[in-house]
Amino acid sequence: MSEIVKTVSRLFSPLIFLFGIYITIHGHLTPGGGFAGGVILAGAVVLGILAYGGEKFGLTGKKNKASASESLGILLFWFVAILGLMFGGIFFLNFMGKGIPFHIFSAGIIPLCNIGIAVEVGGAISVIVLALILFEK
Amino acid sequence: MNILPLFIALPLLGAFVLSLAKAKRTGDILANLINLCLLVLSFMLLRYGTLVYKIGGWEPVNGIPIGIYWVKDGFSTLMLIIVNLVALMATIFSINYMEKFTVKNKYYCLFLLMLAGMNGVILSGDMFNLFVFLEVAAISSYSLVAFGTEAEELEAAFKYQVMGTVASGFILFGIALLYSYTGTLNMADMARVIGAKSLRLPIFVSGLFIMGFGMKSAIMPFHAWLPDAHPSAPAPISAMLSGVLIKVLGIYALVRIMYNIFGMTPVLSNVLMVLGILSIMVGGVLAIGQEDFKRLLAYSSISQIGYIILGFGLGTPLGILGGLFHLLNHSVFKSLLFLNSGAVVYATGTRDLRRMGGLNKKMPVTGGSSFIASMSVAGVPPFSGFWSKLVIILACIFANRIGFAIWAVIGSIITLAYYMKLQKEAFFGSLKEEWKKIKEVPGFMRLSMILLAVLCLTMGLLLVPQIKDVILTPAVEVLKNGIEYGKLIL
Repeated sequence: MSEIVKTVSRLFSPLIFLFGIYITIHGHLTPGGGFAGGVILAGAVVLGILAYGGEKFGLTGKKNKASASESLGILLFWFVAILGLMFGGIFFLNFMGKGIPFHIFSAGIIPLCNIGIAVEVGGAISVIVLALILFEK
Repeated sequence: MNILPLFIALPLLGAFVLSLAKAKRTGDILANLINLCLLVLSFMLLRYGTLVYKIGGWEPVNGIPIGIYWVKDGFSTLMLIIVNLVALMATIFSINYMEKFTVKNKYYCLFLLMLAGMNGVILSGDMFNLFVFLEVAAISSYSLVAFGTEAEELEAAFKYQVMGTVASGFILFGIALLYSYTGTLNMADMARVIGAKSLRLPIFVSGLFIMGFGMKSAIMPFHAWLPDAHPSAPAPISAMLSGVLIKVLGIYALVRIMYNIFGMTPVLSNVLMVLGILSIMVGGVLAIGQEDFKRLLAYSSISQIGYIILGFGLGTPLGILGGLFHLLNHSVFKSLLFLNSGAVVYATGTRDLRRMGGLNKKMPVTGGSSFIASMSVAGVPPFSGFWSKLVIILACIFANRIGFAIWAVIGSIITLAYYMKLQKEAFFGSLKEEWKKIKEVPGFMRLSMILLAVLCLTMGLLLVPQIKDVILTPAVEVLKNGIEYGKLIL
C-alpha cells in the first residue's frame, strides 16, 4: 500500500480500537454492546493488516493468538453464566448488585457478558480474515 | 440444584476448553468424561415429572412469560437419553478411530458443540431459542462432514450446507410469521394463543415447517443431501448424524410443534403419512442398488425415517408409541451399522462392497455386531426393530389404514433384501486374497460396537409394561395431550 494509506491507518487504527472498547463497556448504557464492539476491535486489527501486508506482522502467530482469545472470550461468558448457577441456583442469574441506572458500574453481570462477547467476536472475525489471507490447507 | 442447564453448559465447557487444549489425549479423556456425565444425568431425569426452568430467573408477568423457558417432559427425557447414549458410544469409538486424523481436539470441540446444540433443541421451550440451538448443531455438523478435507467431503459438506441453510430459512420464516400472529415466542404461550383464537395461519406455517424440518430430517422429497453428506463424514459422526441429528433437528422439532403447538389435524396427518410411505419405498428401492457400504446405510436411513414419520402421522396413541419406539431403535442400530462401516474402513481402507467378502473370518466382532444390527433394522424377530415395526403396522391396521400397513410391510421386505445383500457381499462368503492380513479393530472400537449390539438385542424389552411405563409411556402422554401442553407448562 502507499505511504498515505500506511500513515493514515497507523494513526487511525489505535483510535478505532479505543472506540471498540468504548462501545463494549458502554453496552448496557448506549446502543451497541459486545457484538458491535467486537466487530470494531477486529476492524482495527484488519485495517492494520490490510495496510501493511502480511510480512510485518507474522500472521500465523497472530491467527493462533486470535483463535485463543476467541476461546477465552467465550469461556468468560460461560463462566459468568455458570456463576449465576453457583451463587443463585439459576443459570444466567444476574447475581451481582444492579447499581444506579446509567452509571458505568451498574446492571450486574451485563457489562461482564459484553466484554466476553467482544473478545469472542473480535477474535472470531480476525480469525476469519486471517484464515482467508493465509489460506492454509 | 436443578440439573437441566448442565445438559448445555457441560458440553459447551468441554468444547471451549478443547479449542484451547494442546495435549494430545485431552480430547479423548474430557469428551468421554462429559458424555458419560450427560448420560448419567439424563437417566436421572427419569425420576422427575415435568420440569420448567426459567433462564436467568425471569418470572412471568401477569401470567405471560417474558424470559426463555427450558422444558423437560416425558418426550424430551426420552430424546435426551438416546442422544447422549449414542454420543457416548460415538466418542468411545473415536478414541481409536480418529487416530489417523491430525487435529483430534478440534474434532471433539465440534462434536461437543453439536451435542450442546442437540440437547438445547430438545430442552428448549422457546421457538427462537430452538432455532438458535438448531443452527448451533447444524453448523457444527456441516464442518464435521468436511472434517477429512478431501474433495469429495468438501463437496458433500457444501451441498449439505446449502440445503441446510435453505431449510433453516424456511424455519425462520415460519417462526417469524408465528411470532407476528401470536405475539409470543414461548411455545406453551403460543399453543395457548393459537388454541384460543383458532387462527387459520398455522396451515401455511405448517407447510413451511414441513419443508424446513423435512429437509433437516431428509423425508422423501427433501432427501437429496443425505446420501452425500452422511457417508462423507468420519464414521462416528455418520453415526451421530444418521443416528440422532436428523431425528432431533427434524423429527423431534416437527412433532413437538405439530402436536403440542398447532394440534394435529386430519389433513396434516394424511400429509405426514403419505410422505412417510414415500420415504419408505423410495429410500428402500434406491438402497438396493448401492455398492458403497455407507451410502447404502444412508439410503436406509431415509427409508427408516419414513416409518417414524408414518407412526407419528397416524396420530393414534399406538401409532405415536410405534413412532417413538422405532425412533429409539433406529438410533441404536443405525449408529451401530455406521460404526461397523467405520471399523471396516479402518481395517481395509475401502467402502466398496464389491471388493469386500468374507470379512467375518478376520473381524468376528464387527461382523457379528453388524449381523445383529442388520437383522434388527430388517425387522426379524426377536431383534428390537421387529417390535417397533410391528407396533407401527398394527397401529395402521387398528386405525383402518390397511393400505398403509401393506406398504409398510412391503418396505420391510425390501429392507431385509438390501441388508441381506450387505451381509452377503461384505461379511459372508470366501475371504479375498488381499484381506488375508487384516486384523480386528482395536479395543475401544470393539467395546462400543458390542455395547450397541447388546442394546439391539434387549431393546425389545422396552415394551414390557413395567419398563414401558417408565420410559415410553410418559413420552406418549405428552404427545397425546396435544395443545394441552400450553396449560401444563404455564
